[in-house]
Amino acid sequence: MKAIVNVFLKNGVLDSQGKAVQHALSGHGFESVKDVRVGKQIIIEMNESDAATAKEKVAHMCEELLANTVIEDYEIEIQA
Amino acid sequence: MKVGIVQFPGTNCEYDTQHAFAALGCETQILWHKEDTIPQGCDLLVVAGGFSYGDYLRSGAIAKMSPIMKALNAYADNGGKVLGICNGFQVLTETGLLPGALKRNEGLHFISTHHHLKVIQNDNDFLRHCKVDQVVNIPIAHHDGNFYIDEAGLKELYANNQVLLKYTDASGKIDNPNGSVDSIAGICNKAKNVFGLMPHPERAMEALLGSDDGRAMLEGFINI
Repeated sequence: MKAIVNVFLKNGVLDSQGKAVQHALSGHGFESVKDVRVGKQIIIEMNESDAATAKEKVAHMCEELLANTVIEDYEIEIQA
Repeated sequence: MKVGIVQFPGTNCEYDTQHAFAALGCETQILWHKEDTIPQGCDLLVVAGGFSYGDYLRSGAIAKMSPIMKALNAYADNGGKVLGICNGFQVLTETGLLPGALKRNEGLHFISTHHHLKVIQNDNDFLRHCKVDQVVNIPIAHHDGNFYIDEAGLKELYANNQVLLKYTDASGKIDNPNGSVDSIAGICNKAKNVFGLMPHPERAMEALLGSDDGRAMLEGFINI
């Protein structure tokens, strides 16, 4: 079982990297770009057969280490 | 006076810190992160600056999982004094011993320069030898020094006199190098036994090297 974790800065917390990428894209003529957010993706291979159990464990990992919930939100997707 | 200095893989300010406290007459001991106890008789623990675990994931994030951090948490909970400098500050916010978080600098650049700081509160062990509104000149060297805390948390910091230092110019006017909320450079916890700052007082010990303003700050921990 595989867990895909996406970690992004919370809404309202300035994403300086996203802003820099946005400016770079706009500067290169990609005029339709409205907003850019930069986050990270963490892919975890797990020895789990139950998706709900896997998700619960990954949520615990996010709270303990993978995300800093003072400034970041996380999303978990479990793939068979 | 005995000072324990925590060392993770990637810490690089432990010997500067050791030199600084030795110059102030302290006995010092480097504590490898795999230690799970704090040596008897430690009067101060310093989490030194550097790039623990290469700043992988987030600055200070992986360090908080090290065995010594459990012992450090217990030490702080018992009222033991802890100082986190630069990466050490990041580690202490990651563990939750200090509120807030350190984000990437607003301008995205690594900043390495002398910077002025204003003393906001001195009713604590760290800054008791400094005067309120005193401006000191202390080096900064960081990529993730952009202090963030939400509005409620900020209010609480001010209400408890936990905001200790702000980035200013030489005249004491706010001059924010990295986007920190309210230009905050250093804070302490509510109990005033855990301190964190991004600037490096241990690098400001000799006038010949640019500033000795760090001396009075670190001396605050001695002979209490």
